[in-house]
Parts: sequence; C-alpha cells; structure tokens
Amino acid sequence: MLSVDALHVTYGGAVQALRGVSLEIPDGKVVAVLGSNGAGKSTLLRTLSGTLRLHRGRIDSGSVRYGDIALGGRDAAQTVRMGLVQVPEGRRIFGRLTVEENLRAGGMGNRDKAAKARARDRVYEMFPVLKERAGQRGLLLSGGEQQMLAIGRALMASPKLLLLDEPSLGLAPRIIGQIGEVIAEINQQGTSVLLVEQNATMALGVADLAYVLDVGEVSLSGSAAELARTDEVQRLYLGHDSDEPAAAAIRRDTGKTLSRWTA
Amino acid sequence: MTQFLSLLLNGISLGALYALIALGFVIIFKASEVVSFTQGSLLLLGAYSIARLSDPLGFFPAVLVGIVITALAAFLIERLIINRLRGKPVISLAIVTIGVDIILLTELIRRIGSDILNVPHPWGGKSFRIGEVGISQNRLIATLVAAVLIIAFFLAFKYSSWGVAMRASAEDGETAALMGIRLGRVSALAWIVAGALAAVAALFLVGAPTPGVSAAAYTVALRAFPAAILGGLDSTGGALVGGLLIGLSESFAAGYQDQLLFLGRGFGDVVPYVVMIAVLLVRPSGLFGTKELTRV
Repeated sequence: MLSVDALHVTYGGAVQALRGVSLEIPDGKVVAVLGSNGAGKSTLLRTLSGTLRLHRGRIDSGSVRYGDIALGGRDAAQTVRMGLVQVPEGRRIFGRLTVEENLRAGGMGNRDKAAKARARDRVYEMFPVLKERAGQRGLLLSGGEQQMLAIGRALMASPKLLLLDEPSLGLAPRIIGQIGEVIAEINQQGTSVLLVEQNATMALGVADLAYVLDVGEVSLSGSAAELARTDEVQRLYLGHDSDEPAAAAIRRDTGKTLSRWTA
Repeated sequence: MTQFLSLLLNGISLGALYALIALGFVIIFKASEVVSFTQGSLLLLGAYSIARLSDPLGFFPAVLVGIVITALAAFLIERLIINRLRGKPVISLAIVTIGVDIILLTELIRRIGSDILNVPHPWGGKSFRIGEVGISQNRLIATLVAAVLIIAFFLAFKYSSWGVAMRASAEDGETAALMGIRLGRVSALAWIVAGALAAVAALFLVGAPTPGVSAAAYTVALRAFPAAILGGLDSTGGALVGGLLIGLSESFAAGYQDQLLFLGRGFGDVVPYVVMIAVLLVRPSGLFGTKELTRV
C-alpha cells in the first residue's frame, strides 16, 4: 500500500534527518516504527503526511509511493484526501473547540456526507465518552480522552492508512493498553496503520511488522514477534537488561522492589 | 439628556461601522497570522469604486460591484503576496502589508485628487428623529446593516464549516493541515470577507454627516485598528466590543468638546488611541485576546 525507498530528508539544507530509509506498509497490516529521540521517526511521518515543508524540511532523494501515486510534492490537504491521515504527536487537539467541532474539523477533507456520518457513528461507538462530552471544550478532557479524540478526529476523514505518532506519550500504562486495543480494532475494520512509538511493548504487541530506526537509518526490521525476541530490541527497547545481578543487588541492600517505569 | 442620547446613538452607529472593519482585521489575523495594514486603502477603494460607478450603473448595482471589487482586491493581495510569504516572520508580513497599503492608497489619492466625490445615497442627508434625539438616516441604516452583518458573521463563525475550519487553523495551523483543512483557502476566504466588510463600512462612512469620498476616509479605517487591538487582536467578540467602545468614546469626546476644551480642540480624533493605550496598559493582550499568542 505504501512503500518508502531510500529516502533522504534534510532540514534547512543542513541537518540530515533520514539517511536512506526504506520500508513497506502492506495492505491491511499494522506496522510499527521504533526508535529513540532523534532517530527520525517524526521526520518520516512528516514526509508521509506532507507537512515536511512547514518544518523547512526537504526530500533530497528517494521516493514515497502510495499505491501508484508518488507522494513527493503533495501538501497535507491533498494527502488527507487520498486517505492518508496522521494523528500528530502530543495529540494536538483543538482545545478551544468543542469535542464535536474537533470531529467536524477532522472531517473537513471528507466531501461525502454519508461517509462522514458513518465515520462519526463509528467514532462515537468506539469512544462512547466522546459522545457524552460532545459539547465540552477539548481542553477539558483528560489526557487519555484527548488521545481518543485525536484518533477519532483522524478517523473522521475515513482513512485507508492511519499514521500514529507516539500515541502512548504521557499516558498511564492502563490507558496505553486501551490505545493498543483501539489500534487493533481500527485495523480489524480495514484500516492499515503505521505506528511510530517509543513504547516498544505496546507497539510490538499490536504490530504485524516492525522497523527500528537508528539515527536516520533502518537498523532492524522483520515481523514484530521476531523482532521482540532479538537481543538488541530486548535490551534497548523492552528493557530486559543483562544487568540483572546489579538490580538484584540493589534490592538486597534496600529491601525494596523496583517496578518498571513505562510511561 | 437629549444631547447625551443623541451622542450615544451616533456613537453606537459609528462603533458598529468600526466593528465591521475591525472584524476584518481580526479574521485576517486569525487566518493568515498577518497584522494587515491594508484595511485603510481597501476601505478607500470600496468608497471610490461605489462613488465612481454610481453614475453609470445606478446606486445599488454600484454598491454591489464596489463590494465585489474590494473583496477581489483583498483576495488578490492574499494570493499574490501574503500566501507566497506563508511562514515568514510576522513582522516582515506586517511591513509588506504597509507597503501594499501605501501603493494602493497613493494610486487612489492620485485618482481622487482634491475632489470630494459624492455618493448618491437614496436616503440622502435626511435625519431621523425620535422625539428630540436625532440621527442621520444614513447612520441609522448603517447601524441596522452592520448589526445584521455582524450577527450573520458570528453565526457563520460558530456554526458553518468555514467557521470551524477557521477557528481550527487559527488555533493550530499544522494540525489543521493534517486534518485536510486547506489553510490557503481559509486564508483567502478571510481576506475576501474582510474586503467585503470594509467596502460595506465604506459605503456608510462616506454618507451623511460626512460630505463624501475624500482621502480623509482612509484615516477612519485607521481608527478601527485601535478597536481591533483593544478588543484583543485574535478575538472576534473583542472586535465588536472594541469597535463600539471606540465609536462611543469618539462620539462623546466630540460632542462634549466644549467641556473638554482644556484638552485642546479636535480631541475626538485622538480619543481612539488614548482609549487603546489606556486599555493596553491594564490588559496588554486586549480585553478578550488570548494571553499567549505564540508558544515556544
């Protein structure tokens, strides 16, 4: 459905953010892209959604193909109309607009009124809390509800491919679990998903395929289950350190048990 | 008391016209993040077009064509200049609009010369009286038209798709673009509306008690600028309140100038700016403006 080939992107003509990234998103799958800060995850999404130019970024070489269409010079509004919709990092809901107006704003690229009505029903069915709070300002929602609104808003455009930029950011572990379930549900209803995450546990749990980005390059790729078993991912992203004896030593000394900090 | 009521009525009508112009400032600012100084020359363009076209076309067609011409001029300014500079520093954009304003103004003043062009309002210079309180018919009609336009504007801003798109892109342009909202189109539409509003305001501002279209009409639009600022540059409600406040204070200062003589003659002309400075000293982002306009 979407293929990225040897993509090079720079900002302001100087900073190289992506250095030859290639990846495939097959139809109907969930693909996860993992990586730490500065790995180029957001740049990849900006390239796909057509907002690179707003950040003074430029594609130097390589191509992005969506079906038969080259995405290179398209702007964000055109991209949305082709069925490629991004949920931005940090939710970025319109705080001064009501929940309902946020959803309306999400449906702006959707000309088909019947499709919009169906999309709204689907969003309200998936997130009943949004229906309860339809008249409230977005600002007043909790973090988890805001993330649901951000996802619901994107669904209003009836996307064929949904791009999610760190949906788990700043949320409690229980909510992160719910987000994972929502992603799986959206995928089951026929939308392909590209999930960019730092939270590898959740991402690898829902994804079919995964890529690991490292300073602008793909360092690992494969099926999500396979990747979760490799030493590198275990150590770097899932936190199963080989330093277990040291942790045990601390536990002996203080008598406290350490729990993993995931959020 | 009679004088007070009459000044109040005139102040409200003047304020409603200022509010129309100020609304233009505000929606342009919200949609394109430009503090546009072109409103003055656009207003003069509207007045000039209506005055010149009234003879060949008749009054009402001339008004219609005049509004279209002004809206078109605003649209062209947005498409040819502002849209190309999208994302450039706000201050450069503001300076660019000053340049555009000077070019347009110079051409209009050259055409008008030292004449005062007459706009043949069918309601003429007659005045309307409620008991002892009088107001020119022109100003009375202006108030009604402005009220209708302002209400229509607020309804559209609240409920129409354009309104939602406009508010969404004003709050977070990048995210609005990600939702498929065409920022260029929202901005172009804002300029068109601002142009049309300026032309409507112009139509009434050059009628009684003002003698007709002269270069002085330009300074009237400048008074709408403090109205927009003191209301809060990003608040449509603020533009309305600011416009009325400026209109009323100007009307009262002019009406009671004998009592205010110690401040010198013509204090009414200065009053909009005095009020603006006074308000800004207390509330630096205007009465209803968002405190933090840019996040780092």
